[in-house]
Amino acid sequence: MSSTPIKKVTGKGVFVPGDDIDTDRIIPARFMKCITFDGLGEYLFRDVRKTESGEEKKHNLNDPRFAEASILVSGNNFGCGSSREHAPQSILRAGYNAVIAGSFAEIFFGNSTNLGVVCVIASDTDRKIISSEIEKQPEMDITIDVENHKIWYGDQSVPCEIKPGARDSLLSGNYDPLDELLVGAGGVSKTAGALPYMQA
Amino acid sequence: MGKSLFEKVWNAHAVRQLVNGQTQLLIGTHLIHEVTSPQAFGMLRDRDLKVQYPHRTFATVDHIVPTNESVEPYSDPLAQGMIEELRKNCADNNVTFFDTNTGKQGVVHIVGPEQGITQPGTTIACGDSHTATHGAFGAIAFGIGTSQVRDVLATQTIALNELKVRRINVNGTLPPGVYAKDVVLHIIRLLGTQGGTGYAYEYAGTTFDKFTMEERMTVCNMSIEGGARVGYVNPDETTFEYLNGRPYSPKGAAWDAAVEQWKSFASDADCTFDDEVDIDASQIQPTVTWGITPGQGVGIEESIPAISDAPTQSERDSVAEALEYMQFEGGSPIKGKKIDVAFIGSCTNGRLSDFQEVAKYVKGHKVAEGVQAIIVPGSQVVAKIAEDLGLDKIFIEAGFEWRAAGCSMCLAMNPDKLVGDQLCASSSNRNFKGRQGSPTGRTMLMSPIMVAAAAVTGEVSDARDVFGFASAEV
Repeated sequence: MSSTPIKKVTGKGVFVPGDDIDTDRIIPARFMKCITFDGLGEYLFRDVRKTESGEEKKHNLNDPRFAEASILVSGNNFGCGSSREHAPQSILRAGYNAVIAGSFAEIFFGNSTNLGVVCVIASDTDRKIISSEIEKQPEMDITIDVENHKIWYGDQSVPCEIKPGARDSLLSGNYDPLDELLVGAGGVSKTAGALPYMQA
Repeated sequence: MGKSLFEKVWNAHAVRQLVNGQTQLLIGTHLIHEVTSPQAFGMLRDRDLKVQYPHRTFATVDHIVPTNESVEPYSDPLAQGMIEELRKNCADNNVTFFDTNTGKQGVVHIVGPEQGITQPGTTIACGDSHTATHGAFGAIAFGIGTSQVRDVLATQTIALNELKVRRINVNGTLPPGVYAKDVVLHIIRLLGTQGGTGYAYEYAGTTFDKFTMEERMTVCNMSIEGGARVGYVNPDETTFEYLNGRPYSPKGAAWDAAVEQWKSFASDADCTFDDEVDIDASQIQPTVTWGITPGQGVGIEESIPAISDAPTQSERDSVAEALEYMQFEGGSPIKGKKIDVAFIGSCTNGRLSDFQEVAKYVKGHKVAEGVQAIIVPGSQVVAKIAEDLGLDKIFIEAGFEWRAAGCSMCLAMNPDKLVGDQLCASSSNRNFKGRQGSPTGRTMLMSPIMVAAAAVTGEVSDARDVFGFASAEV
């Protein structure tokens, strides 16, 4: 589906510390007993934010200073583990539309891009600077400039990386590939026709 | 120059290049289950699209199925709703569904191979990251998100970036008591949880040549835990022998033609890889995880690392976080940690050979007092054969619970869950925080034999000592 191009994302940030933040952490499996993605936002980082009985833990995600945040800043290998799209769906539905991390797990990255959740890579040093600036001034705007590979915080900027294919898709608004895939139907039957196991 | 299996299978399934440079890739076989498909069928309905290749789409139900309750409606109405939704979606779209009353239901990555649906030289996708399991047959198999499940249902293709290929050569003979599970835990420990990002792993070497299909599946299954979306083994006589005569395998002349074609997909002797790693099988020990990622593992003779052992600050932070969560002391031996629960099953280690091996050794032993030990067959087919062989009786006699087929305690979307901060010796694939259903539950990954040893001693133990098979088996 062609959507609005995403050239820049601007919002307030929140720092979620840790490497290897896995998809079970992002959305625990016990909240996936559902047949739609509606309502998943409520369970984003459920066990990071709350105890089993529902009391809030001390965490940036519960801190009123970061309540307006729409950009997550985290560590390396963000989104590792399961292929569950429930993870980026819950991020999106909780009001976040971008993640700045040291690196991303591949399936999570693809799932996020398909939904228009912008995932960019920044160095350990640069993320440390950004997260300490967020801590100092939670109201500071962060802008991810997808086109120019830059993250602006206040009036300063650091470089960021994004896979070229994903960047093109976001900039053109074609990050949901279904329409383009449907157009290729003729080629699909030709490719399938050459493979014995595809025959009915 | 020769080509790798990955390149050959990719080229045979590449439909065209998309505007953003990705490939529109044909997915020959689409496996679906109840957790990640209902939303995709919903998206199809919203756009008035149909399932394009229903005869290449196969469904089963695994994550939410209770293993101790066989009559519907299940006591969990959410689980009941999910199985009914899948039933309806399959019926409405002419998709084959291995339902609970077929005798074929089970964990999707166990059902595909045992039905002969998983074949060499094919592409296989499923809304589940452990789909790389099917790579054991020389297929390019990988997990996808739900929007991509929608894409495959609607077009039989997805948009994907080509991967680099790293060959991991494991050569030599594994010491007694060391299994395929230890090989993959060792590989992930060595290469890290993100070492495989951007790569397909080709597993090769004499150790893999000698492995059975079930052993190859155990290793390929956990590729994603090392960051690799795809892991595969080149097809050989072991592969063909396994597939011959299975329900969906080609028959007669078509079989002979298929085998010839399958052979042609194997990596050429003169092909080069983007990276190669060599591992000596004789150096691999029974491996157990002590932390909260599958890469945090040590040999059973080793100690848990101390925070100060880690070379960088971010690694020290990771070790500290893991030790705190696991309630372990850095530098203490892995051996002797008291367990509460023992789980043998999952798409990693829920196959017949896993149960045969465990049954051989637990005969005459008893599960330690205070330990709950459950054994969960990966499919109804596995359950039936195991029961015909009398394995269930051996397990029950030894104090294990013998359950019905499903994902069970691997991810706790069903009644099998840890409670509080229970410590579980588990043959599954993930030890993430809260993975087994309790937000404070603790998981230690290991081979089925090592789980059995922990079950009967009540603590993490060296199975070779407990069952004394080092001498018996050599």
